[in-house]
Amino acid sequence: MSPIVKLLAQRIALSLLLLLLISVVIFAGTIVLPGDVAQSILGQSATPEALANLRAELGVNDPPVQRYFAWLFGAMQGDLGTALTSGQDIAQALSSRFWNTLFLAFWAAVVAVPLAIFLGLLAVRFKDRWPDKMISAVTLASISIPEFLIGYVLMYFIAVKLRWFPSVAMVNDSMGLFDKLNAIALPIAVLTLVVLAHMMRMTRAAILNVMQSAYIETAELKGLNAFQVIYRHAFPNAIAPIVNVVMLNLAYLVVGVVVIEVVFVYPGMGQYLVDHVSKRDVPVVQACGLIFAAVYIGLNMIADIVAILSNPRLRHPK
Amino acid sequence: MSDTLLKVRDLKIGATIYPPGERPRDIEIVHGVSFDLAPGKVLGLIGESGAGKSTIGLASMAYGRGGVKITGGEVWVNGRDILKGGHKDIRKLRGAEVTYVSQSAAASFNPAKKIMDQVVEAAVEQKKFSRKDAEARARVLFAKLGLPDPDNIGERYPHQVSGGQLQRCMTALALCPEPDLVVFDEPTTALDVTTQIDVLMAIKEAIRDTGVAALYITHDLAVVAQVSDDIMVLRMGNTVEYGNVDQIINNPQEEYTKALVSVRSIEHEEKAPTEEPVLSVRNITARYKGTQFDVLHNVNVDLYPGQTLAVVGESGSGKSTLARVITGLLPPREGEIEFAGRTLSPDLKGRTREDLRELQMIYQMADVAMNPRQTVGTIIGRPLEFYFGMRGAEKKKRIIELLDEIELGEKFMDRYPAELSGGQKQRVCIARSLAAKPKMIICDEVTSALDPLVADGILKLLLDLQKIEDVAYLFITHDLATVRAISDNIAVMYQGKVQRYGGKSKVLSPPFDDYTDLLLSSVPEMKLGWLEEVIAHRKMESAGN
Repeated sequence: MSPIVKLLAQRIALSLLLLLLISVVIFAGTIVLPGDVAQSILGQSATPEALANLRAELGVNDPPVQRYFAWLFGAMQGDLGTALTSGQDIAQALSSRFWNTLFLAFWAAVVAVPLAIFLGLLAVRFKDRWPDKMISAVTLASISIPEFLIGYVLMYFIAVKLRWFPSVAMVNDSMGLFDKLNAIALPIAVLTLVVLAHMMRMTRAAILNVMQSAYIETAELKGLNAFQVIYRHAFPNAIAPIVNVVMLNLAYLVVGVVVIEVVFVYPGMGQYLVDHVSKRDVPVVQACGLIFAAVYIGLNMIADIVAILSNPRLRHPK
Repeated sequence: MSDTLLKVRDLKIGATIYPPGERPRDIEIVHGVSFDLAPGKVLGLIGESGAGKSTIGLASMAYGRGGVKITGGEVWVNGRDILKGGHKDIRKLRGAEVTYVSQSAAASFNPAKKIMDQVVEAAVEQKKFSRKDAEARARVLFAKLGLPDPDNIGERYPHQVSGGQLQRCMTALALCPEPDLVVFDEPTTALDVTTQIDVLMAIKEAIRDTGVAALYITHDLAVVAQVSDDIMVLRMGNTVEYGNVDQIINNPQEEYTKALVSVRSIEHEEKAPTEEPVLSVRNITARYKGTQFDVLHNVNVDLYPGQTLAVVGESGSGKSTLARVITGLLPPREGEIEFAGRTLSPDLKGRTREDLRELQMIYQMADVAMNPRQTVGTIIGRPLEFYFGMRGAEKKKRIIELLDEIELGEKFMDRYPAELSGGQKQRVCIARSLAAKPKMIICDEVTSALDPLVADGILKLLLDLQKIEDVAYLFITHDLATVRAISDNIAVMYQGKVQRYGGKSKVLSPPFDDYTDLLLSSVPEMKLGWLEEVIAHRKMESAGN
């Protein structure tokens, strides 16, 4: 087996192992949480007998190990159980919300990733001159302000004052793509501002690091102009760190949009999770946790795979 | 085309330095240098580090490395003063009229791109050739430079070819756009001596066949004597002497040039082994963890008290691995190390403090072997505390004694490593190892990073200290001149085996085995026409076989 296949196989196996461990942690974490789902369904006036009956019916009295494996095998077959509070099938309820979250994250990434890399390249090209400093200052400022504040400020000026885009990002299946994009324009803008700085600064640092190399001098001495030097010779060698930070931010876009979804009343997974945490609906919390973990691990795995593949020494062994 | 291809007049180059704790200030590093280069001729720029030779070479492409700026003078290429041109004019010059070959091809090739893409890039970008023609030309150059499989080697990535091959690829890269001038910046310095001779010959033939002019920059006068028509000797940014190669080598006028020509003048009489050896390496076979092959095969050598054993070999010969085995950093698979009458634990962890004290080490890179945040006094004082428990006045007295022994003196006690020159740093490292009063010191390429005159001083110091302290040296080096200068016994290593071993006079006298013969005959000699003689001799021999 060639070394690169072995490395990739190891990396994927590691991801799966990690996901399994996380599933244990999520499951264990949710059963030690305080609170009683039966109590929250039946309310404060429920009799002890009614509570006991409901608990037996919901299966919360079974041994934890047995419940874990039942849950795990179910999850592996796409069955995430039923929500305790509403009796709904979780997988079904989640799927449309999951796609909504991915939809928002995807379009935020489409705007933010190329913009961040372009700004990073621009900052390298004009290193220590005013464009570099301005890009750094603006992106740092935007990352330093809490995202809900940016959200409300944009909402006030762009949605309320200028009336360019709606303030509430309601989407449903009957809307066309353009209508949907129009609806989520503001959340996309906020998310872009939040993740831009991190990616842009990492791009800048990674490329500047490569720019110290002797082969950059060789490229300059070939008479190439500054942009040719950067994108032909520096960028290919900076891909691994850049992809790493991009993936980390994509994961954040999927997992960390809870606040933005709540601010803009967007029907995504984050809002669904928040609703059910407050209702002590353990299976929903477990399912959301597992999906978030899978997305996070998956994206980071992709980053590592790209890093392995972008290394010419591994791709073309001697 | 005019008579002079490159005309440099009163070139002044400056840089901004950032001394710690002070304001940045501008200094001048080249003080008004002038020379001419006719088409098809080779000018050798020679000097020690800091002489400004690379800086002058790059100035002929209007390039300043790092914060270096050209502050005055004129650089005329093909009848145009390139310093007066704008960015666009300069870009048209680079990679088209003037090209560059750097010291380390391994670092100067982009690891992410195929060799061919990089070799033809300048020629295509500068619209000298179409991509197809440039590739055809590159393949011709690969063949001319003696690269294996010239039709396909361009499809490889830089890490897939050897260092010597990559250096030739870099030469092909420089010659591909049909430039008028190539700047060779120490192109063979990083190569093994047996590889250097082939690359040198390839470069020389390529220069002759293409009729290109060259600036050949090196610190090695013997090398530059083989390829140049004229030589300019530089020192600290000034011209010391400028003349044709015959005059500089055979009739140098200036004291400094004479010193460069006659460097490596150390004489050391071989001592006969008398007592019991202080170190006996017995049947050592070793391999690195996780690898499948041995890097040392059944190595046996002895080192006698107060004497020097030189271990000589090229990169990959196993000489540094031998040092790792002796110091316990790499426990061997087989064999044992006897030291001062006892058998040492194969693993560092099993060695006593006395073992550690009596076996010291000095490294190639003096500046990374010292803590930059400690003063010289602290650095030398540490082994005195650690091994002898010295404190206060007693320790200070011993530190000053040691500083006097290494010819630096008390005033260096409170200085930091960053304030020392390369040679001074190495002296401090020597003092630190002597502070432990060792029976033996392993010197791993201790002079390789130093300029020849400075290295000479270090070798003299080591020989003097050997007489005073009666310490034995295991001297690891790739440089045969160094070996001649200081050794009593020599072990020639090749591919993990001791190829030849014995007293200096015996090892360095014929009859030789094939490898030792190749190694010895590859060392450049300060003699015009040496390169041609050796190559002709080898061709004759291989024809005879």
